[in-house]
Amino acid sequence: MPINLRYAVVGVLALLAIGTLIIELKRMFKPGSGDAELWLRMRSWWVMAGMFLLAITINQTLSLVFFAMVSFLALKEYFSIIATRRADRRVLLWAYLAIPIQYYFISQQWYGMFIIFIPVYMFLAMPMRMVMVGETRGFLKSAGTLHWGLMMAVFSLSHAAYLLVLPLEKNPLAGGAGLLLFLILLTQFNDVMQFVWGKLFGNIKIIPKVSPKKTLAGFLGGVATTTLVAGLLAPYLTPLVGWQTWVAGLIIGVFGFVGDVTISALKRDLGIKDSGSLIPGHGGVLDRVDSLTYTAPLFFHYVYYFCY
Amino acid sequence: MQRTLQALFFILVVKPLMAVVLGANIRHPERMPTHGAAILVANHNSHLDTLLLMSLYPISKLHKIRPVAAADYFMRNKFLAWFALNIMHILPLERKPKKGVDPLAHIEVALKNGDILILFPEGSRGEPERREPFKTGIAHIMQRMPYTLVTAIFMQGLGKALPKGDWLPVPFFADMFVAEPFQWQGGKDATMIRLETEFQALEKQGRFDTWS
Repeated sequence: MPINLRYAVVGVLALLAIGTLIIELKRMFKPGSGDAELWLRMRSWWVMAGMFLLAITINQTLSLVFFAMVSFLALKEYFSIIATRRADRRVLLWAYLAIPIQYYFISQQWYGMFIIFIPVYMFLAMPMRMVMVGETRGFLKSAGTLHWGLMMAVFSLSHAAYLLVLPLEKNPLAGGAGLLLFLILLTQFNDVMQFVWGKLFGNIKIIPKVSPKKTLAGFLGGVATTTLVAGLLAPYLTPLVGWQTWVAGLIIGVFGFVGDVTISALKRDLGIKDSGSLIPGHGGVLDRVDSLTYTAPLFFHYVYYFCY
Repeated sequence: MQRTLQALFFILVVKPLMAVVLGANIRHPERMPTHGAAILVANHNSHLDTLLLMSLYPISKLHKIRPVAAADYFMRNKFLAWFALNIMHILPLERKPKKGVDPLAHIEVALKNGDILILFPEGSRGEPERREPFKTGIAHIMQRMPYTLVTAIFMQGLGKALPKGDWLPVPFFADMFVAEPFQWQGGKDATMIRLETEFQALEKQGRFDTWS
């Protein structure tokens, strides 16, 4: 395992321990009604981080399987909450089958297919399959909603997994796993920081129609903290240098927020609070990876452009 | 032997299927009865309904869970009958009983034995994701066993995963809403009205589009 990755893994575990300690102290000295929820959320963080760290430290194949599974769960949640047509059952199956194919291309480092398979081939194949079924009522809405879900849950998220197979020699001290850890850590850290800053200084609403609890202070504080931490960590975990490291943090901070509120808009449209209940304290898988649907492709292409 | 086969089927097929391919969002899982005599009354969309309900119980309790199923459907050929009786451990119910035969006798025995019954009062799966009017057989059973606790369970989504008339399952999360248990209401009509009220209350907890 690359040396800096090793330090980063220890760092993440330390961060979780500190988080747990803070919640425990709050429970002891300033108990409140939200404590049980916070505790549940923290426990889920341990489980998720544990699974993720185990996957990326054991081997690449396991990591890819882990991400394919996340894509599958997110897509299944999406198909379960939106209105689908009975006529599209076979089309949905095609969409699910895109997951192993997409992750296979990643495992082969087949960049060309990885980048066009879903936006081009699946984009064309799914309406074709719908035409074969022949139900035209609701055709357009269905073609649009199904492909959007596939883009979010599979194409976007799979960019995080592609970081794993980027050539090691460009980033010898941390490797692809280090890049991935950087992205996931910063994205999740940004989520938490936006929440914490929003709780501390929350009065001006930033986007009340979509997400009434989000505040301007939360957004700005989150972006600033994430940019700062990215600037400090990036030299050790990524091949980015100088100003590039700060911009990486800025991208993750700003677009993590955008991803979050995009999924919020989807849920508000459907009239639901959570996309599922798989992760106690967090909601569904889609609720947890909402920010990542934006940060993964944006961070990937940013790094790819400058360094690979 | 039969218990081992059933356990194997659930460990190797049903539980992984429910954990990975399907999955359920359950509201108030703690309301599920842990011991009999009890009856789970659910709406019926798919063969997967029974598998999901049974998969919620630990393997050690599985042999106490008895789906009540139509004899004319599940006993129609030898293989299916063997599977239904030995693996699913069903209580076959004659939908059109012969004169002089008590069609509910073995159901009463199972309840007295402390089993947990699964009953779909719609009678058949019908149109997926649409609840049909309940048949009154459940009230007859409750009248004979008035202290049995009945738990209403509303399920949605499995009809999309495997609707009647299709063989290919497609992954979907199911939604499941569990009500507080109730008992015989002193009369058949009152009991059926209570059951209907329970289901209407459960349906209101979710947001459901019609599926067609």
